[in-house]
Amino acid sequence: MSLGPYASFIVTTYLVTALVVLLLIAWIVNDFRNQRRRLRELEVSGAVRRSGRSATER
Amino acid sequence: MGGLLESFLQHCLESVNAIQQKREAAKVYGGCNGYPRAMTLIDLANPTKFLSLTARLLPYLVTGTAIALAISLYLAATAPDDYQQGATVKIMFIHVPNAWLSMFVWAVMSASALGTLVWRHPLADVAAKAAAPIGASFTFLALVTGALWGRPMWGTYWEWDARLTSVLVLFMMYLGLIALWRAVEDPSRAARAVAVLTLVGALNLPIIKFSVDWWNTLHQPASVFRMGGSTLDPAFLIPLLVMAVSFTLLFATLHVAAMRNEILRRRVRALQMIQVRATSGDVSAASPASPV
Repeated sequence: MSLGPYASFIVTTYLVTALVVLLLIAWIVNDFRNQRRRLRELEVSGAVRRSGRSATER
Repeated sequence: MGGLLESFLQHCLESVNAIQQKREAAKVYGGCNGYPRAMTLIDLANPTKFLSLTARLLPYLVTGTAIALAISLYLAATAPDDYQQGATVKIMFIHVPNAWLSMFVWAVMSASALGTLVWRHPLADVAAKAAAPIGASFTFLALVTGALWGRPMWGTYWEWDARLTSVLVLFMMYLGLIALWRAVEDPSRAARAVAVLTLVGALNLPIIKFSVDWWNTLHQPASVFRMGGSTLDPAFLIPLLVMAVSFTLLFATLHVAAMRNEILRRRVRALQMIQVRATSGDVSAASPASPV
């Protein structure tokens, strides 16, 4: 597959898009782990929801 | 007479029992009229039930998005070169879906803003807040990939024409909303201010869409969704539409995951407030505002 004289622009487009999407995914996964960890820590320290159910339940 | 009354009462009792049984059956099925339904729309207003739904839905969304992206990348790689643009037409398969999604995400946020202001749906501002960084990312990508396409085709990365400028304004509005959410500590108070601003910002969407018709712009006019049909050859149109569907699936996946995170973040906040209240012994201390 030949990309012609503007190959660098085409490749950069796909790389930048992949990078931003991967950063978004990493941020969301990391945020999920952080929130779960904070909830577990709070429950261990004795904080209970008004409903009495576990905050990490799905 | 006594027998007639007795038979009437018996009939009433049977009817009540039958209604009770139907109601019980509806509870089991989670729907009405005897049709099994996994979850009603009302149930989705409950963050716990929403979390349960996302846990089941996310694996399918992730798999579907990965497959769709693989197919669309293959179609983009094997698409022929344009007779004028050459291989740079491949930038279109990335730039156009990002540009569409930049507006679509704002439209989703506007619908959520209505949900916040009109129906006070507990998940509406969660949906809007979770969508904003994703929408900002798509808008950023639309601007960057547009610049990378513009340099070889127009001879410039940037031009202050109506389309480019209105999309830049959209990007700044996304950043403004994210900043506002971070500036106000209580999410439910921030939600109303953000909802109003989101609806005002929605006025920019038709400006972006029709900017190429209303003003003389370097940017080309619409070539896919236009009166009289698409001007694109199917060799380019099909990969473009498949990529657009893939990016929409990607947005749905990221959005559902980010909404789940936001619900958990609000639970953290609620528990922290309960903890503070318990340690200070002050019942009137700030109570968690959002029912998560």
